[in-house]
Amino acid sequence: MESSPPTLRPSTWTPAIRMGLSIAVATGLYGISFGALAVSAGLTVWQAMALSLLMFTGGSQFAFIGVIAGGGAGSAALGAAALLGVRNAVYGMQLNAMIAPTGWRKAVAAQLTIDESAATAAGQQAPDEQRRGFWTAGIGVFVLWNLFTLVGALLGDALGDPRRWGLDGAAVAAFLALLWPRLQQREPVALAVLCGLVTALAVPLLPPGLPILLAAMVGAAWGWWVRSPDAPSVREEAAT
Amino acid sequence: MTLWTAIVLACAATYLTKLAGYAVPARWLQNPRMTRVAGAITVALLSALTVMNTFAAGTALVIDARLAALGVAALALWLRLPFLLVVVLGAAAAGVVRWWG
Repeated sequence: MESSPPTLRPSTWTPAIRMGLSIAVATGLYGISFGALAVSAGLTVWQAMALSLLMFTGGSQFAFIGVIAGGGAGSAALGAAALLGVRNAVYGMQLNAMIAPTGWRKAVAAQLTIDESAATAAGQQAPDEQRRGFWTAGIGVFVLWNLFTLVGALLGDALGDPRRWGLDGAAVAAFLALLWPRLQQREPVALAVLCGLVTALAVPLLPPGLPILLAAMVGAAWGWWVRSPDAPSVREEAAT
Repeated sequence: MTLWTAIVLACAATYLTKLAGYAVPARWLQNPRMTRVAGAITVALLSALTVMNTFAAGTALVIDARLAALGVAALALWLRLPFLLVVVLGAAAAGVVRWWG
C-alpha cells in the first residue's frame, strides 16, 4: 500500500484490488447465512456479532455455532473453533514473509489473516500487488462479513428457521467449494475421502465437535508420514 | 462455562493463533515436512466440515435435504461456476427439497 496508493476511482484499481474486492463481496454476503444460523443456534445478535468482529475466521465461526446448535458444550465449541483456526497460523507465517507488516499493522494484519486474504495475496506475483491484494481482501471481507452478519442475525428472527430457506445447504456448498480447489491431485482426494469417512464414523460415537478434531489429527499424521511425489506445497494451495 | 465465556476464550484463541504465525521466523516454513502437515490438516478439516454439515444432526447421521445441496454444489463446482453462485445454488437445492418434502 506504500507505493502509488490506489484511489476510489476504479480506473486506478490494480488486478489485485479487483480480485480482493470480488472475493470480499462473495464472502461478505455469506455473512447473512452465518448471522441467521448463529441466531437459530441460540446465540443473541450481540454474540453473533462478537464472533464475526473478534474471531473473524469463517470456518471457526461456523464450527463454533455448529457445535452449539448440535447441543454441544461451550468447551467443545471452543476447542473446535480453536483447532480450525490453526491453519491461520500457517497463513500468518506466509504473509509475514510476503507483506512484512510492522508495529500496529502487524496486529491488524493478524486479525485480517483468513483463507481469502491469504489466497488473494498468494495469487499475486509482485510484492506491491501481494500487499494490495491482502489488505483489499482482508479489509473488504471484514467490513462486509460483519455488515451481513448483522443483517442475517436481525433477519434471522423474521426468517424463522433458516433451514427452511436452505441456509444449512449454503454451509455445505461453501465448505465443499473451499475444499474443491485442493482436490486437483490423487493424494489430497484420498486424504479427503479418508477424513470424511473418519468423521462420519465418529459422529455417532463422540460428542459434537470432536469428530472434526479427530479428522484434523488424521490429517496431521498423514502429512507427517505419507510421502507423495505430487504433494502440493502450502504456497501453491493458498493460491487456489 | 457460559456461552459468553466460550465466545471470548475462542476469540482470544483464534486471534493468538493468527498472531503466532507472524511471530514464526520465515525459514521454519522451508521445512517440507511441516508444509505437508499444514496442507494435510487443511484438507482434513474442510473434508470433515463438509461431511459434518451434510450428514450430522447432533450425534446422529441423517440423510436429508442437505444431501441435495452437496450434489448440486459438486455439479456447480465441476462446471467451474463462481464461489457465490455455488453457495446460492446449494442453499436453493436444500430449500427446494425441503419445500417439496
